Amino acid sequence: MYRFNHKDLLGMDQLSVNDINMILDTADAFVEISSRDIKKVPTLRGKSVVSFFYEPSTRTKASFEMAAKRLSADTLSLSATDSSMVKGETLIDTARNLQAMNPDIIILRHSSSGAPHLLARYVDAGVINAGDGMHEHPTQALLDLFTIRKKKGRIKGLRVVIIGDIAHSRVARSDIIGLRKMGADVTISGPPTMIPVDAESLGVKIVFDPAKALRNKDVIMMLRIQLERQNGIQFPSLREYSLFFGLNKELMKGAKKDVIIMHPGPINRGVEITGDVADGPSSVILDQVSNGVAIRMALLYLLIGGGRGDNLD
Amino acid sequence: MITWIKGGEVIDPRSGTKRTLDIVIQKGKIERLLPPGNFSPPGDIDLKIIDASGMIVTPGLIDMHVHFREPGEEYKETIATGSQAAAAGGFTAVACMPNTNPINDSRSVTDFILERARKANLTRVYPVAAISRGLRSESLTEFGDLKQAGAVAVSDDGRPVTSSELMRRAIEYARFFNLPVISHCEDLDLSNKGVMHEGTISTRLGLRGVPAASEEIMVVREILLAKLTGYPVHIAHVSTEGSVTFIKQAKEEGVPVTAETAPHYFSLDHTALTDFDTNAKMRPPLREPKDVEAIKRGLSQGVIDVIATDHAPHSPLEKDVEFDNAAFGIIGLETALSLTLALVRDGVIDLPTAIAKLSYNPASILSVKGGFIEEGKEADLTVIDLNSEYVVQKEGFKSKSHNSPFIGWKMTGRAILTMVGGRIVWESNEQRNPDS
Repeated sequence: MYRFNHKDLLGMDQLSVNDINMILDTADAFVEISSRDIKKVPTLRGKSVVSFFYEPSTRTKASFEMAAKRLSADTLSLSATDSSMVKGETLIDTARNLQAMNPDIIILRHSSSGAPHLLARYVDAGVINAGDGMHEHPTQALLDLFTIRKKKGRIKGLRVVIIGDIAHSRVARSDIIGLRKMGADVTISGPPTMIPVDAESLGVKIVFDPAKALRNKDVIMMLRIQLERQNGIQFPSLREYSLFFGLNKELMKGAKKDVIIMHPGPINRGVEITGDVADGPSSVILDQVSNGVAIRMALLYLLIGGGRGDNLD
Repeated sequence: MITWIKGGEVIDPRSGTKRTLDIVIQKGKIERLLPPGNFSPPGDIDLKIIDASGMIVTPGLIDMHVHFREPGEEYKETIATGSQAAAAGGFTAVACMPNTNPINDSRSVTDFILERARKANLTRVYPVAAISRGLRSESLTEFGDLKQAGAVAVSDDGRPVTSSELMRRAIEYARFFNLPVISHCEDLDLSNKGVMHEGTISTRLGLRGVPAASEEIMVVREILLAKLTGYPVHIAHVSTEGSVTFIKQAKEEGVPVTAETAPHYFSLDHTALTDFDTNAKMRPPLREPKDVEAIKRGLSQGVIDVIATDHAPHSPLEKDVEFDNAAFGIIGLETALSLTLALVRDGVIDLPTAIAKLSYNPASILSVKGGFIEEGKEADLTVIDLNSEYVVQKEGFKSKSHNSPFIGWKMTGRAILTMVGGRIVWESNEQRNPDS
């Protein structure tokens, strides 16, 4: 019999198709809770969840906290500025100190790829990767898969294009791995300076020009251009970027009528996507955010032990 | 006192000797080299017999590229602990790179290193002085003064000489003092703060990549400068297929260039990093399988002259951290010989060639003593058991640091006795008791 048997969620890499289906199915059950008047179930009462964000985050941090609270877990959230990191404490020392307080789950967002893997080696608590450097952001990929499945009824066989700064995007990596595992066809698109070396090894097609890449696609995923990367080396200006690689109404004319448009946020309106497209009928950007809470509830539940035989309240 | 190394198979790459010989050592020198059964020791003398039957005896191994961290970072390695590691690995001499703190860019630091080496009194330690003051690629160090103090070569290792003009002048000026110039080939702009090889694995892991071209651009520059000046340049730690191709072509054209690689570049590729193992992080980075094959070809075709370790000790403070923040470098002195012998077993190079790359070739490039076995010369020797099997243990290292990706590897073949100037500086516990 299938069992969800993971202590940590470090990346999409480690999940099987069964695991992913289990998480999405569990999230389906949790969606309903968020629409109740009293949005709280006692499932994780007495459990503690620590979220530790070395990098700024609004959406992911709020989403995890909301998810934990709706399951009645005790939550504590730390950020780099109010942690001992600023006093020079190493990640491992911080981890050991947190472990000494015996939390059930530690959620980590960190600017270095692999930091959650390092943490997981030193703590007994389950570790959830909430984004590590340019490596992975598995909960984003799961909520993206969940959103696609809800909107399109399936993932297998769909054609998805991801447009933007693939090279520096942890969201893109996790989405690519997840989508490929679930049987979707994935194309990546954007300026050649932002397509990683040997990208085909990830199992994707490369079509640099978004206008060509988005044809016949069921899903368009736009990535955020990180304004801090705007140093004139990857691309000359935001103006030129939006002209050649931004998604706008004109470009949308070449897309399928029933295409859905996704974006992990935060959006730079007028850069990678124009406001009218982001707010238009094809956009599912806010659904992604709502679904994020359900996915994170599902994960907390499964990682803390729900997958190993307990009943769902 | 006389030391009699009895019954070992002597391998001397320079003379082509490969046969069983007894070696008689007195006053630190090889007094006689003769077929077994021909030596009868005088009765009235203190005699030590080393039974080397079933073993091979080679010129003392020479590692022309180590980092001993003293002065400045003694918590990682000292000249004493580094020398112990070298001796345990079969090395009788090492050349230590100048990127200490302070940097070895003046006589006083060179003096200090040699003083510490004398105190440690194990392997020979040859300081390599900096090419540029402070390794800043702005102005030359005092090559003449440094050479007189005991420096055997100049290098800004750890950093490239970023100014092509300064590198050209360094090569020309070094010629006057007959000092070898060793180049760490890297285009720092192109490396762009990369932490591993740029390829499928860096793309998968979301780690910043260092393209192979970052090394190759500089290799080509050094070849062109060697051609321009007519004076040799030694290329340190070659790691890519392209570098091997360019060096091969240069050698065929008669450009005076020599090259080394390190055992990790022929033993591991970038897949060693898939678990973010900081003990597989070094510069240049582990490359692709095709590069590993090219390095092996380079060794077998004589394109790569030397195997040197780039022994770079770091403590858990630098290694048990996020991958991006971890220091570059691994230790290598105690695993180099075993990894090289694996190449011999795999038929990549024959045993005398392997020994030449670990002794005679580096001695020739640096113009230091040793590298061959001859009557009347210093008794710097290594006794090797080709069949000794062991597992590399973290606790087993003589080095103060244990940042090695080879922990847990099963190895075959190791040094069981290391002799410097007739004195045993290291002897394996597992060796049979001498029957004296």
